[in-house]
Amino acid sequence: MATDNLVEISGVGYAYDKRRTILSDIDMKIPRGKVVAIMGISGSGKTTLLRLIAGWFKPTRGDIRVDGVLTRELDRDGLYSMRRRMGMLFQFGALFTDLSVYDNVAFQMREHTDLSESMIHDIVMMKLHAVGLRGAHHLMPSELSGGMSRRVALARAIALDPMLMMYDEPFTGLDPIALGVIRKLVRRLNDTLGSTSIIVTHDVQEALDIVDYVYYLSEGVMVAHGTPEEMRASTDPLVRQFVWGEADGPVAYQYPSRKFNEELELV
Amino acid sequence: MFNRGAIINIRGLGHRTIDSVMRFGYASRFFALTLLNSGACFRRPHLIVRELYYTGVQSMIIILVSGLFVGMVLGFQGYQTLNTYGSESALGVLVALSLVRELGPVVSGLLFASRAGSAMTAEIGLMKTTEQLSAMEMMAVDPIARVVAPRFWAGVVSMPLLAAIFSAMGVYGGYLIGVVLIGVDDGSFWSQMQSAVDFREDIVNGVIKSVVFGVAVTWIALFEGYDSPPTAEGVSGATTRTVVTSSLAILGLDFVLTAFMFRGI
Repeated sequence: MATDNLVEISGVGYAYDKRRTILSDIDMKIPRGKVVAIMGISGSGKTTLLRLIAGWFKPTRGDIRVDGVLTRELDRDGLYSMRRRMGMLFQFGALFTDLSVYDNVAFQMREHTDLSESMIHDIVMMKLHAVGLRGAHHLMPSELSGGMSRRVALARAIALDPMLMMYDEPFTGLDPIALGVIRKLVRRLNDTLGSTSIIVTHDVQEALDIVDYVYYLSEGVMVAHGTPEEMRASTDPLVRQFVWGEADGPVAYQYPSRKFNEELELV
Repeated sequence: MFNRGAIINIRGLGHRTIDSVMRFGYASRFFALTLLNSGACFRRPHLIVRELYYTGVQSMIIILVSGLFVGMVLGFQGYQTLNTYGSESALGVLVALSLVRELGPVVSGLLFASRAGSAMTAEIGLMKTTEQLSAMEMMAVDPIARVVAPRFWAGVVSMPLLAAIFSAMGVYGGYLIGVVLIGVDDGSFWSQMQSAVDFREDIVNGVIKSVVFGVAVTWIALFEGYDSPPTAEGVSGATTRTVVTSSLAILGLDFVLTAFMFRGI
């Protein structure tokens, strides 16, 4: 039965083994049609959470439901059929380097559909047009800049009009213009395609402008959540340090070490 | 009483043994998965044809040149030895049997491991490092069926063909030196070769060897790439391991196969 939330995560925990717990007791709801950010510093478990939603890993505890389906119970075929309705933008695009821009975008259509080549051509051109790169269809990935690669990867990810788009650090390593383009595209594609988006990022200001809701993770625990306005106004020291980029605070500037005077053998 | 150092060494040996056995088990599972997921690439033969070009056609130059030179060296060395016993007319037999039975499959296998095997490992390792395999998995496309299986079958098909080309070039190289340069009788060179080389015992056995080497090298190369740590150091280490392990596997398997094929006793 369809609910208002496309993704529901309840009490999820994940650990590589007994000593390495990555996530604990995560509860999240991703409403349909919204753009939701999962934020946190590097190593806080954001990407692992994204991969749990995609069924890459199975949670050690708790349930994840995508479109009402419990991912833990899906077999390989079930998982693959769920992923056909998902799109993911990887941090550096992950374009297939032996295929042209055109063939990259056409990849999923050729693998999963019986569409004719002329139909595939039209859809590829539409998707590339949406990201402003219709004229670059003949280029190879090695001929693209970082921002262009990310846009082609975005066109590839939306090739089959996914119900859920996932972005893994989409703003990392881009120049301000490319960053602005990607930021606008994320929001515009979500609204025009009628999909739902999850953005995993630590680029706070870029993300806060375009998302509807924010979940903040720290060391594998959900420590805060709210609208972008609530996050900006938050008095929680951890959220404040993260949102305003303060060098020192609850997340210490110094890596745990001996006292400085002991290190320099002054005592 | 054992001292502490000895215990640590024994423990280290135990860990290494367990790791090796686990890795072999993982590689065997990978091999089985490759075979099980081969149906898709047989239904789309253009995937295999594309890989045949990269693994087979692009290895041709090194195979052609090496075959020619090995054959020419055999021509010189063989003539020198046979001439001592006055049987230089058997030069064709010596060149052909050396190549078809041993040098063709073994040397072309070693060259194939260095040229095509290392390229396969590096390509798949880099695809893993740049998340291309993850992207494929995310698009509900199995990387073993789409990336690994076509390369595996292309390697298995290429290897015996390359070995045959190597042997043919080698025979031609022996002819150039023996007949054209030194002046061994043309007729006896070819006719003795024709009567002494047996199709079943020599040619088929050589083809069996090259198919086995093709399976071994391609399996090792693909597994090393797929299993490589996703870092620059990891991929370079995996590429080195492919060449070293494949070369040792070829030499070891050649000994075993030759022992089974040996009819001398």
